[in-house]
Amino acid sequence: MTNAVEQESIKVIVFQLADKEYAIPVSHVQGIEKLMHITRVPKTEKYVKGVINLRGVVTPIVDLRERFELPISEHEETTRIIIISLEDMEVGFVVDSANDVLDIPADSIEPQPEVVGSLEEEFISGVAKIDKRLLILLHLEKVLNPLK
Amino acid sequence: MEVNQYLEMFIEESKDHLQACSEHLLELEKNPDDLAIVGEIFRSAHTLKGMSATMGFEDLADLTHKMENVLDAIRNEKIHVSPEILDVVFESVDHLEEMVMDIANGGDGKRDVSSTVAQLKRIELGEEAIPEVVGTTETPTPAVTSTLEYDGFEQTVISQSAEQGFNAFEISVKLREDCLLKAARVFMVFEILEKDGEVIKSSPSVEKLEDEQFDQQFYVAFVTKESAEDMQKKIMKVSEVDEVIVAAIDPKQHSEKEQAIQEVAATATVEVEATPAKVPEKNSAAPKPATAAAPAKADKSHAPVGNKTIRVNIDRLDILMNLFEELVIDRGRLQSISTEVNHGELNETVERMSRVMGDLQTIILTMRMVPVETVFNRFPKMIRQLSRDLNKKINLEIIGAETELDRTVIDEIGDPLVHLIRNSVDHGIENPTTRLAKGKPEEGTVVLRAYHSGNYVFIEIEDDGAGINREKVLAKAISKGIVTQEQSYSMSDKQINELILASGFSTADVISDVSGRGVGLDVVKTTIESLGGNISIESTQDVGSIFSIQLPLTLSIISVMLVEIEKEIYAIPLSSIIETSIIRSSEIMNAHNQKVIDFRGKVVPLVFLEEIFEVPRKEPQGDEFHSVVIVRKGEKLAGLVVDSFIGQQEIVLKSLGNYLTNIFAISGATILGNGKVALIVDCNALIK
Repeated sequence: MTNAVEQESIKVIVFQLADKEYAIPVSHVQGIEKLMHITRVPKTEKYVKGVINLRGVVTPIVDLRERFELPISEHEETTRIIIISLEDMEVGFVVDSANDVLDIPADSIEPQPEVVGSLEEEFISGVAKIDKRLLILLHLEKVLNPLK
Repeated sequence: MEVNQYLEMFIEESKDHLQACSEHLLELEKNPDDLAIVGEIFRSAHTLKGMSATMGFEDLADLTHKMENVLDAIRNEKIHVSPEILDVVFESVDHLEEMVMDIANGGDGKRDVSSTVAQLKRIELGEEAIPEVVGTTETPTPAVTSTLEYDGFEQTVISQSAEQGFNAFEISVKLREDCLLKAARVFMVFEILEKDGEVIKSSPSVEKLEDEQFDQQFYVAFVTKESAEDMQKKIMKVSEVDEVIVAAIDPKQHSEKEQAIQEVAATATVEVEATPAKVPEKNSAAPKPATAAAPAKADKSHAPVGNKTIRVNIDRLDILMNLFEELVIDRGRLQSISTEVNHGELNETVERMSRVMGDLQTIILTMRMVPVETVFNRFPKMIRQLSRDLNKKINLEIIGAETELDRTVIDEIGDPLVHLIRNSVDHGIENPTTRLAKGKPEEGTVVLRAYHSGNYVFIEIEDDGAGINREKVLAKAISKGIVTQEQSYSMSDKQINELILASGFSTADVISDVSGRGVGLDVVKTTIESLGGNISIESTQDVGSIFSIQLPLTLSIISVMLVEIEKEIYAIPLSSIIETSIIRSSEIMNAHNQKVIDFRGKVVPLVFLEEIFEVPRKEPQGDEFHSVVIVRKGEKLAGLVVDSFIGQQEIVLKSLGNYLTNIFAISGATILGNGKVALIVDCNALIK
């Protein structure tokens, strides 16, 4: 792989939510954890599941299914928590499964098509098509900001 | 020398030494005759001087040096402690502090201190007018201009040696003109000298002597326990030495400006031995490596008994703490495994490990905590200065200086406190005549108090001064457009008091140097709020005011009571808890839609945590008995109803992070022994 190619691609973590695949740049990902005990925090948004103890740091957990108002499913063996770090915040996202680490060529990223629809639309910064997979790139700032 | 890596250490240590100076100066003021205190100050000043000279801060070293001269004169009872002298010394310490601050802020530590220096010199010279102390009888001998000059460092070595009964000599050695191996002779002389004492300095330098870059004569400054006569004889034994003159270094004559030294010929040994215990004062020349041994020896015998400390970056302590907590979680797992396996040796090992970890935990947790004393200890000096500047009599009382606060908070709280104390002294405490007219004692009192309460540390500044003049404050606030006339009618006393914290407010009729520039108190408020605390004021006119600062224990250890509601565990800070009790359903009464109980004759409202925290419950609890934790906020009480009590535990307060902020009635979280997170209940939010 030449340098030119490296510059033109971004490395992402690919994860599954319901029937779609989403992607977050690796640079924002601190780690991927198995599901662990979540302490509920009262009087917070419904999608805030609570906090976990991540190696001594109390880390809030957001259930992305609930954040995107997707149908709620039971947590399974494949369920993962992806730890995101954005500016001075550290937050864990509960996802159905974490699938892959991929290099996405920059030119394969397109602005989101209108067809995606639904609430999640506003959290999307673009889509990428690789082989036959459609990856939805998340706009992290918007996901973490409270709904207006 | 690569100086930068030592700079931080230098700054920290300088601050410590200056603090020690200030404290001892205050003590000295109370006991002017206690020369041991002067010795303490002298030592701090001396170390500071050495350090700053090494780091290349000449001005700092120079001023310290001048101050040291005065201290030394006091120590040797040449001058007596007087308030005037102390004022000048205090002023020097202030200057030194400013210099160190400047260096800390990236400056070069330069500062115009000429007036202070002049005063120091005057005091020091004044000492020379005083008749000589008995015991230093010296027959006038032909004065010879000194061939050696000493910098401050060397002088101190000489003076300290003198204190320890060493004699300081200046030895002049003349070799024969036909001497062939001059370097060898020099070496032999030095060998003799070093057997009996320490060579402080030589002229020409040792390197030059070794290269034979001198004529027939060279000079050596030397400290020893031997007498001058003995030394002279010993050196004369070296062959090809023509003449040896051993002269005492006479400290009395060595003042800053006076370069003249009285040399006493070797024959005048009797007088020479009568002159130790004085400090020579001369300047210039670079320190020699050869001098290193002597000061080390001197310092050792002088070192005050104290704890040995190292400075560690707080980030490292944070990392250490986080790693340790991971270990705690693993310990929990290991314990459960060992219970399952039930293997004797494994059980023993796990038990032992748990005990060691318990001790380790205590140490790690306490490492970050600093007593608030480190901030408070600068105030006595400040009050002294203020009371002199303002011609007021003020007594400062410090209570609870041992209260511990997280280091990060300690670092920030100093300036706001300075502001508030200045405010209390300037605006609060009246001048003595007014006080007497009001029937108060002439001396005003400022109380500085620190204590833990709940998840907070409170710092209060209480004065018995004039209090806040409601009308004056209101009139001012209205004229400044901070409040309107209409608003003012509905304001409580407390609200009016807090107007003085508003920006752009200043009530002092005369703008003084001390406070009242109108920028003070609102800055205080902003700083404290940025630390997550708040400030409130209570005041009664002509009785006094209390400024109360509430600060969070951002990261600290607190004792909590763990309680259970359904399956959830919450922690209630022990400091808020008055007691726990079990009550019957029948004891609960209704008052204005509020469930209350009668607790020791007091009506206490009940707070059902289950409802507040919206705990999901599968089936309603039909218990006849309720577990209640009685908590308080100030004078007010409340009963928190929970399912059951688990027990008391020491926990580490952790923040919920930047994503979850302002959660109602939750002040933070902690990690329990089993690795799970428990939330900490903020009792202050639950009591209205």
